[in-house]
Amino acid sequence: MAPTKLPLSVDHIPADKHDVYAAEPILSGRDLRIQWGHVVGLDGVNIDLYKGEVLAVIGDNGAGKSTLIKCLTGAYQPTAGQIYLDGKEVDFKRPQDAREAGIETVYQQLAVIPALDIASNLYLAREERRPGPLGSVLRMLDKKGMAKRAGDSVRDLGIQTIQNMNLAVENLSGGQRQAVAVARAAAFGSKVVVLDEPTAALGVKESGMVLNMIKQLRDNGLGVILISHNMPHVWEAADRIHIQRLGGCAGVITPASHDMGEGVAIMTGAKKLAQDAPA
Amino acid sequence: MTTSTSDAASRFSGRQQSPLQRLQGLLHSYPWVSPLVILIVSFIVFTILNPRFATAGSMGLLFQQTAIVAALAIGQTLVILTAGIDLSVGAVMVLSMMVMAALAKDGGMPGPLAMLIGLALATGAGLLNGLLVTKINLPPFIVTLGTLSIFTAIALLYSGGSSIQASHLPDFLNVLGNGFSIGGLRLTWGVLLVIAMYAVVGFILSQTAWGRYVYAVGDDPESARLSGVPSKRVLLQVYTVAGLLYGLAAWALIGRSGAATPNAYPQANLDSITAVVIGGTSLFGGRGRLVGTLIGALIVQSFAFGLSLAGVNQQYRVLATGILVIVAVGIDQWIRKVK
Repeated sequence: MAPTKLPLSVDHIPADKHDVYAAEPILSGRDLRIQWGHVVGLDGVNIDLYKGEVLAVIGDNGAGKSTLIKCLTGAYQPTAGQIYLDGKEVDFKRPQDAREAGIETVYQQLAVIPALDIASNLYLAREERRPGPLGSVLRMLDKKGMAKRAGDSVRDLGIQTIQNMNLAVENLSGGQRQAVAVARAAAFGSKVVVLDEPTAALGVKESGMVLNMIKQLRDNGLGVILISHNMPHVWEAADRIHIQRLGGCAGVITPASHDMGEGVAIMTGAKKLAQDAPA
Repeated sequence: MTTSTSDAASRFSGRQQSPLQRLQGLLHSYPWVSPLVILIVSFIVFTILNPRFATAGSMGLLFQQTAIVAALAIGQTLVILTAGIDLSVGAVMVLSMMVMAALAKDGGMPGPLAMLIGLALATGAGLLNGLLVTKINLPPFIVTLGTLSIFTAIALLYSGGSSIQASHLPDFLNVLGNGFSIGGLRLTWGVLLVIAMYAVVGFILSQTAWGRYVYAVGDDPESARLSGVPSKRVLLQVYTVAGLLYGLAAWALIGRSGAATPNAYPQANLDSITAVVIGGTSLFGGRGRLVGTLIGALIVQSFAFGLSLAGVNQQYRVLATGILVIVAVGIDQWIRKVK
């Protein structure tokens, strides 16, 4: 049983986005609560993510953005509340459950193996074997096939600086490594990709590349959640912005409806969002 | 692809590099090249010093002398690839060997059964190392330093400190010392077993998903775990498989030495680590090739063999091995800085 859609909090939906928001959300959280002893991590948070949008999650340290994301990706289990994927209630016990359901996470600490090549990293823990007895009996990896498909995934994201899939990841720049991590998420995340601070360690040019990849994921029809401290990056890439404050949701805005200063003011509690009043 | 991109890529790869940088890049991609060069150069030098070195008979002897350390070094390579170290290799082998021999002689067991029980015991010893490393999170150095003493003591207590001669053992336990000759080159079944072990483990490391997990866990265990690699399970399996390989080395050692002796091969630990390190595998984990280990083992033994043929004091072999280890680790540190 699918949950009722939340109010969109979008004043003017661009013409090309009407279809996106007319559909049912791909991922929803309802009244998510997490409590460790007396400490309240999440205080009844609601969230909707649509296919083909970038939803940024911002908030001060300790506001609960990581906690929220970890609930949605199976790293934490909420004390109360429901999570819906594609309209069906789901119960992720471990990150692998979320991954198998089509939710991929790109972690802040990258999670790429420097000594392995790009193709091996893309297919790490999801290796494909050769057809026939070479694969089923000898368990031989389909190296050529994986390298070819890895190249396709990387090119699909518009990355042209990475050509040789057999190059060890340690030879890549920070931005290119991030690109490999995003490409892996894109290749296997059939529904949702979550990126945790993907531009935190990058220079200006490389950040631009990663932001373009994020937009590409959205245009490929995935739901994208972007967690970031970098307001210019959020305002550049996001369609909607979910603001976490003190374990709850302080409101959902868009880059068009509010400027960065207003967003930060809501985030820090200096300003209240009028439409945030509970129905 | 558009032409401008491939142009940029070719300009990038074709950018000016000094010969030293090229060498660094080559060694980075193929870490076994430098040991191979050392092996070839030492073969040439030893042949000049004494032409008998390059004969088929000498080579057969060299292979037999290399077989045991080469076998142990396979397990050691697996452990070092995970950024661990195994100081108990020799102790596990000797304990397994004494159990095989005593079960056959005193217990009157048929050879194959005694061998299998010894093999199972060595596997169990490896499993114990693995459990201590993965479940109690002790550093591999400490775990295997402890089990080195434990297994050595058990082997001595169990055997009462006395050897068992090959003549008291069933043929099956001695069979790996037998062999055949091809035009003066004498190969034992033990040598062929070790070559087969290299082929099988080398295949697993380079061609299967499990092999990739070994490298991934050694390079960055946390990232491997986040990527979905069962890091702890892989680590446990590595130590267990290493134990099994030491057990096979124990069987080969009975055939090679013509007896089961509780204080056999005391320098096995350091020799196996030396072979792995000279072979280009990084002590920091995640980097190296099994073929390099085989080359490393051959280098160490050809130094011993070549210097004794040349009539040089054996201490020079020890000296040369020490220098090689330091040079090999130095080269590893240097090529890891490749950009």
